[in-house]
Amino acid sequence: MTDATNVTDPTETTGPTDTTHMAEATAATGAATAAGTLEYAYAVVREADTPHAALERVRGVAGEPVRAVRHLGLAVLAGPVPAADFDEGPLRERLEDLTWLEGVARAHQQVVDAAGADTCVIPVRMATVCRGEEGLLRLLASGRDRFATALDRLEGRVEWGVKVYAASAPAQEPSAEPSAASSGRDYLRRRSAQRRASEQRWEHTEEGARRVHETLAAVAEGSRLHPPQDVRLSGEADRNVLNAAYLIPHEESEAFAQRVGELAGLETALRLELTGPWAPYSFVAAEGNGRAEP
Amino acid sequence: MGERDPVTTAYGSPSASYGSSAAYGASGPSGLATRGESANLADILERVLDKGVVIAGDIRINLLDIELLTIKLRLIVASVDKAKEMGIDWWEHDPSLSSRARRAPVENGTSEEAAG
Repeated sequence: MTDATNVTDPTETTGPTDTTHMAEATAATGAATAAGTLEYAYAVVREADTPHAALERVRGVAGEPVRAVRHLGLAVLAGPVPAADFDEGPLRERLEDLTWLEGVARAHQQVVDAAGADTCVIPVRMATVCRGEEGLLRLLASGRDRFATALDRLEGRVEWGVKVYAASAPAQEPSAEPSAASSGRDYLRRRSAQRRASEQRWEHTEEGARRVHETLAAVAEGSRLHPPQDVRLSGEADRNVLNAAYLIPHEESEAFAQRVGELAGLETALRLELTGPWAPYSFVAAEGNGRAEP
Repeated sequence: MGERDPVTTAYGSPSASYGSSAAYGASGPSGLATRGESANLADILERVLDKGVVIAGDIRINLLDIELLTIKLRLIVASVDKAKEMGIDWWEHDPSLSSRARRAPVENGTSEEAAG
């Protein structure tokens, strides 16, 4: 059992009662090490900007500690993950498991954004897994130019998400009492008036959403429009008419949030939701000049 | 898992806590409402699955393989259970998804959940 101490697992605080578990873990790790321990990559930073404090606070997608692996002036934030879940075959299967996927997605985001709170991070797409540290070094080497360019472009910027919802229709005006629906013609007339009103409201909503986007895009360094979220996904009762991300210099975040608040006050037919700050996920790819339209 | 629940962003003073959200509603007394829930799964998936640098690791997972699932995920609520509660379980009947599921002989412990 002596080689249990050779397992490089910084989390190990295993008590004597866990010896059998340790033995199993050792066996499993041993097997994985033969083929190279699997390393899950979260994000890339400049070596000099490694967010040590944040890394101490977070745990990765497998509950593992996350560290920085340095190379070429860059560092990739990564953690060892079990082959049982993250080797090619199992991973493909696991990704089809929505509950598992959600857990990994949330953990991935927490690592990226915790690190991103302290420094400029370039998020790596979820489920990027390498074999051993050599694999991580290869990843840094092959992406070196792209990472460097993105870091230069995004340094000091954060992403804010703004979603606009059509505010729920005003409670149906208790127009003329129901008893007044004396004739079928009255009824039809009222129905068509209602339809016109709702079409009009919809037009106003769309115009309002466009105004919100134009206003915010004008103050942002970049913007991206994501597809509106389906009500079944967002759990929001109201229809999502704008789902945008804006790239904002860190120090302008407060002003941006205020701007959103002001817009919310002006656009009474809309409901606005602000999320962030996020690491600049949506801006990693330099599409167009940041004024991309869908 | 390193729980780091995003905190509500106080209006006008965004904190350093990432992934928090504030809602500005026309209906609120001051036209402003904040809410303290953790980041919406849709917002997270949109970013971690769709964005970020695509660079080949050694484990070759073609996300296109699960792209179909990803697209459909956009339609799914916070969790499978919640979705099922709402009667949204089309993926279980979706031929393209279930054929893939069949192709991969899965021996995981989720059968009780699937039966639920």
